[in-house]
Amino acid sequence: MVAPGGEALKRTALNAAHRSSGAKMVDYCGWEMPVEYSGITREHLAVRTAAGLFDVSHMGEIEVRGPQALALLQHVTCNDVARLQDSQAQYSALMLPNGSAIDDCLVHRFASDHYFLCVNAANTEKDYAWIVQCNSLGADVNNISAQYSQIALQGPRALAILRKVAEPDPADLKYYWFRKARCAGVEGILARTGYTGEDGFEFYFPPASSVHVWNTLLDAGKPEGLIPAGLGARNTLRLEAGFPLYGHELDVEITLLEANLGWITKFGKGEFLGRQVLWQQHLAGVPKRLIGFEMLDRAPARDGYPVVIDGKKSGKVTSGSPAPFLKKNIGMAYAPPEDAQMGREIQIEIRGRLASARVVSLPFYKRPK
Amino acid sequence: MYPPEFLYTKEHEWIRLDESVGTIGITDYAQKELGDVVFVELPKPGDHMTAGESFGTVESVKAVSELYAPVSGEVKAANSKLQNSPELVNSDPHGEAWMVRVEISDRSEIDKLMTADQYEAYLQQEKAH
Repeated sequence: MVAPGGEALKRTALNAAHRSSGAKMVDYCGWEMPVEYSGITREHLAVRTAAGLFDVSHMGEIEVRGPQALALLQHVTCNDVARLQDSQAQYSALMLPNGSAIDDCLVHRFASDHYFLCVNAANTEKDYAWIVQCNSLGADVNNISAQYSQIALQGPRALAILRKVAEPDPADLKYYWFRKARCAGVEGILARTGYTGEDGFEFYFPPASSVHVWNTLLDAGKPEGLIPAGLGARNTLRLEAGFPLYGHELDVEITLLEANLGWITKFGKGEFLGRQVLWQQHLAGVPKRLIGFEMLDRAPARDGYPVVIDGKKSGKVTSGSPAPFLKKNIGMAYAPPEDAQMGREIQIEIRGRLASARVVSLPFYKRPK
Repeated sequence: MYPPEFLYTKEHEWIRLDESVGTIGITDYAQKELGDVVFVELPKPGDHMTAGESFGTVESVKAVSELYAPVSGEVKAANSKLQNSPELVNSDPHGEAWMVRVEISDRSEIDKLMTADQYEAYLQQEKAH
């Protein structure tokens, strides 16, 4: 495959393994990635009821080190990095002065002078350049994406499967904590994180061992119902869980407060990029807000379909899809706050016709405790 | 694989002719490309369809795909089963998942369609591309 720009698509170390297992490959942000193996619905349901294994090696990794690492990260991200302990991770965003995010990310703290960021594939180079540009303090910033494969084992059976092949026993690894661990004998970074709304783990490790780790996990998980899952299921899973996807719910014209990310916006930590704009918005109120909706009419809403409120066009659907576990057609969009209350009826324009939908609370799906 | 009594379009619809009535669906190749079908939108009896133009949509979890009319004519029936069981498109695309029956208004349009052999050769070409 060739990207629209003409250059060859990037491939993860698992590319040949995906192809030989019959995965349908697509161009995703310049990467040739598996969109599905055995069907999006089946893969989605496996993650909700058993487990799924995802190749997410396209994700980027950026390392920030040195005595100034904390100060730099406090400046360029919105969450409070000072609250992290060693081996703890937090969801955050890389900020622009206008209060929007250049990307959302996970910040992992190895030590007070050593951090590891996981960022979106499409944004990695832009993120790296931006952090470097903001680095007047002289922290040591490196794009180390090429040094890591990343796989995600997600679902209620993820722990039981991982216990068979990981050392030390991952059972006591808490949600949003990580540590050095061996999986299938390969040393890497094991984090209890994910993007599906289920319990699960993400493992970062040297690309040379990718096929071995992948196959060992699939074999170990087979009796538990583990199957490989592609980016198609990853998208429907994160949508049911109400997680934003950069380029859809987040972009350089949407502020964190508009995106319901006030919970990672820590005004109390002091200065950070965009703080002033966000504080003004915090006081004055947001002009628009991210909502969830479910379709009342039968057709699914899709990304980009116009939203109509009281006969007036009001933005577009940011993500819309059939939800395989909930068995509803759901979506997210931006609406004025006065139209964002639960139960409010709105309309989605589908191929020139207006279809009814209802505002519902986010997330659409929350896993049973 | 592809029934020899059907004719095919480049957009992966099939049509079975019975006198002046054509029964239309999408091919096995099309359903595989789409993945799990979750929604089918069809015209109503009495609607008119025009060869080469969209007469409905079929949606999988991932994608929306237009249905293109192999021939022009008046819709006599639409398969109401697909409303509640769209997954039939995946399990039986050439049989139970027929979509519409149409009274063909211009039989010369049939000459532009492919035979099963021609369609299979066309698929080989598409895959090589």
